[in-house]
Amino acid sequence: MPEARTPKKPRRARGTKSAVHLLLRVNGEDREVTTAPHRTLLETLREDLGLTGTKHGCELGECGTCTVLVDGQPILSCLALSADYEGREITTVEGMADGAQLHPLQETFADLGAAQCGYCTPGFLLTAKALLEEKPSPSREEIREALAGNLCRCTGYLKIYEAVEQAAARMREEGPRGGR
Amino acid sequence: MAGADKTLRVIGKPVRRVDGRAKVTGLTKFADDLFLPRMLFARLLRSTEAHARIVSVDVSGASKHPGVRAVLTGKDLPVPFGILPVSEDEHALSLDKVRFVGDPVAAVAATTEDAAAEACDLIRVEYEPLRLIADPEDALAHSEPKIHDYADQGNLHKVVALEFGDVEEGFREADLVREDLVFFEGNTHLPMEQHAALATQDADGRVTLWSSTQTPHYVHRALAKVLGLPASRIRVIATPNGGGFGGKSDPFNHEIVAAKLAMLTGRPVKLTLTREEVFYCHRGRHPTLMAVKTGVKRDGSITAMDFRTLLDGGGYGSYGVASTYYTGALQTVTYRVPRYRFRGARAFTNKPPCGPKRGHGTPQPRHALEVQLDKIAESLGLDPAEMRLRTLHPPNSLTANYLRVGSMGLRSCLEKVVEGSGWRSKFRKLPEGRGVGLACSSYICGAGLPIYWNNLPQSGVQLLLDRGGGVTAFCGSTEIGQGSDSVLAFMVAEGLGIPPADVRIVTADTDLTPVDLGSYSSRVTLMTGNAAIQAAERAREILATHAGAKLGVPPTRLGFAEGRVFDVEDPAKGMTFAEAVVCAESKVGTVGTVGSYSPPPSPGRYKGAGVGPSAAYSYTACVAEVAVDRGTGIVRVERIWIAHDIGRAVNPILALGQVEGSVYMGVGEALMEEMAYRGNRFGVHKIPSMLEYKSPTTLEMPDVVTYLVEDPDPNGPYGAKEVGQGPLLPVPPAIANAVYDAVRVRVDEVPITPEKVLRALKLRAAGKEARVGPTRFPDVPWPEAIRVPPPWEGGDGRAVAGEARAAERGAGGRRQGGLATGVSK
Repeated sequence: MPEARTPKKPRRARGTKSAVHLLLRVNGEDREVTTAPHRTLLETLREDLGLTGTKHGCELGECGTCTVLVDGQPILSCLALSADYEGREITTVEGMADGAQLHPLQETFADLGAAQCGYCTPGFLLTAKALLEEKPSPSREEIREALAGNLCRCTGYLKIYEAVEQAAARMREEGPRGGR
Repeated sequence: MAGADKTLRVIGKPVRRVDGRAKVTGLTKFADDLFLPRMLFARLLRSTEAHARIVSVDVSGASKHPGVRAVLTGKDLPVPFGILPVSEDEHALSLDKVRFVGDPVAAVAATTEDAAAEACDLIRVEYEPLRLIADPEDALAHSEPKIHDYADQGNLHKVVALEFGDVEEGFREADLVREDLVFFEGNTHLPMEQHAALATQDADGRVTLWSSTQTPHYVHRALAKVLGLPASRIRVIATPNGGGFGGKSDPFNHEIVAAKLAMLTGRPVKLTLTREEVFYCHRGRHPTLMAVKTGVKRDGSITAMDFRTLLDGGGYGSYGVASTYYTGALQTVTYRVPRYRFRGARAFTNKPPCGPKRGHGTPQPRHALEVQLDKIAESLGLDPAEMRLRTLHPPNSLTANYLRVGSMGLRSCLEKVVEGSGWRSKFRKLPEGRGVGLACSSYICGAGLPIYWNNLPQSGVQLLLDRGGGVTAFCGSTEIGQGSDSVLAFMVAEGLGIPPADVRIVTADTDLTPVDLGSYSSRVTLMTGNAAIQAAERAREILATHAGAKLGVPPTRLGFAEGRVFDVEDPAKGMTFAEAVVCAESKVGTVGTVGSYSPPPSPGRYKGAGVGPSAAYSYTACVAEVAVDRGTGIVRVERIWIAHDIGRAVNPILALGQVEGSVYMGVGEALMEEMAYRGNRFGVHKIPSMLEYKSPTTLEMPDVVTYLVEDPDPNGPYGAKEVGQGPLLPVPPAIANAVYDAVRVRVDEVPITPEKVLRALKLRAAGKEARVGPTRFPDVPWPEAIRVPPPWEGGDGRAVAGEARAAERGAGGRRQGGLATGVSK
């Protein structure tokens, strides 16, 4: 993961060009974007690509709400510059379902009350997805550890643990599945 | 769970919430997720001074900045507003004075957010600094300069005094009288979603505002007032809130500014606060110093209680008058308190305004009271659980301050947590460093009175029945994550005997939905639930009449269940719900009904009786088990057992989620959350970020064992009471009491940080009083108390004649008719 940078915002004169042209791979699709060079991946996903499922809670890398997967690993998209992510496989919450078929984590989060206001949910879902891909049978302690960088103010986390555990069980039963 | 009713098919069942799928797919549209063509972005310039007169604001540089489309200052929006009619002391942008670091001064709309932020940097504001009023003691000592001109006394915003029976006489009857000083630090809601608002002017000139607000109706009223437009030309839509907890219950500067900028530019304008700005919006828990004096008999029964509170209100009124009364209102509904005196004062200070946070004004006094009872039990040699069980307030009775308690399941709650936690084998018996603590609480199920005086329903529901069998339910209620949309769907579905999936929900839109006052005071399940039941019953009557005629069955013999309307004596005889709608529609035309709800009037008739009444009260008991590290002072909450009297759980999954979330927030308040300011550096907020404002992560969250106690309340829909706020209340005192059990030190101050625990341990080691906490309550110029004889002393809910008027004159408050002032009818 690249280091956080705070680019000095250029004072632009009227009519000057300052955009970069990027080719990003998001949820298995190639997306061309023309955007400002200091745009974060969070801003590009939400504002240039219309993928507003990715949320922001601080834009300082403190809350985990903006988590997306890059090559299967969770990163904080608010601290990532879009220009650094060409050629990487980016997954957002919009890419979790297999067509209309929800990912088991999405099903269990909805059924077990793991999403209350739902604002932190996309970040939790993606962090949990990365965990389950690495550890199909995580212990409660491993789940706690993996999710420690994501803040939730509604649930007290307990229903989230239950949802992750139940999704893990379902995924073990169902075996490898399609989708991302 | 007790009380499962076999005749219910939706209520009480673990059905998925209606917005579950949207929330796990990223499809829920929060305010900042909305983008409109030609949309501009707005930013606010906020004050760098805590208390200053504005000498001049020069926006010429900003206006010329590339991309800027409009710039606003205070004079563009001169009409004051505020949530309570008695304290309309805010301006969308400061007019002539700033009152805290972060107070908005100017606003810019530009084609990009960057351009708007750059332009804000170009605005030159000249301030003439005024003396900073840092905290309530400072406010008491310095009545000048006044932060506001309308306060009761100097910089004391509100000072109130009420006495129910002769408290001094009660103390004389006591075997033990104990006085404690406790301080509850301020903390904030910290919703994951930053506040955001998007405004646009439609082609026909009407203004629409989408906002992450818990109270669209009140925002609607504030916009009409400040913008000078008829309410009929304004539409407010509350987008699903990404958490609220009370922090989105006021009408806010940024909402009004976005609307004004949209009107000026003729383009949509979005204004999203940064996380730092959310700390300046605040309206969170009031820092509160408390002096509680209680007299008890040897068996623990209370003879009298005297409660004093001093609240740090911050720079504006917000809900503060109500918050002040709430610090005194609910002490009486848990245990029997035959004589009670309450005196409360709220100071204006130069900090972000405080307001309602989960539990609104009641977690602080609850903490003080429950910690004190723990000390009293120890002095009397009684088990704290046993002592509480003996002194419970009886159900179906009035309290000393004329609150009407209905169902009261606290006995059962206490028994569950005592049993479940193994209390009897642990209390005072665990090894040094480990301990258990217990506390109880109670909370309202909706404020009895609206924010502004009116005789109108507090919730309305409209149903439209489609001939295809679908039902649309319209209601102003606001989804903040607690599940209010689901509760509405479940109530309608249960009432009409159809699956929740056949109920479409349209909520929180002032153009489309009947008024519901909003998601605050734990009012929604009870009030919209009752309104929904009434609308559904009226729809059933219409359908039964016409379906019955067709089936040749008397309407009273028809049942509604599983999408069918049928003869209960011969269930095979019937028709589908859709066919019943067709029957009715063919006879009477379009089928629609309305339902509405107002809580029962309160028996209290004294000034101040407006805060505290509710249709029902929920009850909670909690046991906390902690481990205290004597080397570091770190308190680790290992497990919480909590039992909540919910009346009836409309949906057990949602209910458990509210309990667990309340426990979580209570743990945060008890151990780490605090709003901290640098008093010596112009009142700057120390830690306006999510990293440094400590809140519990997965690693701090304890295990929770929850018991839902179902003691149906006759006023609740299907017996339901609240669950969103009450379960927070006993958590901090249970933890404080457990810390004492673990290491025999008292930290009479929240949060219980490692530093305070270590300080107390050092005192203990030195053989001194092992207590950290406040040592004095400053002199407050209390007015003469309004005296109201309690019901058992022949009182009728009114103040003693003559004195009430004198006391009102003495308090010198302005009268503006708003009921939340506590002015009773």
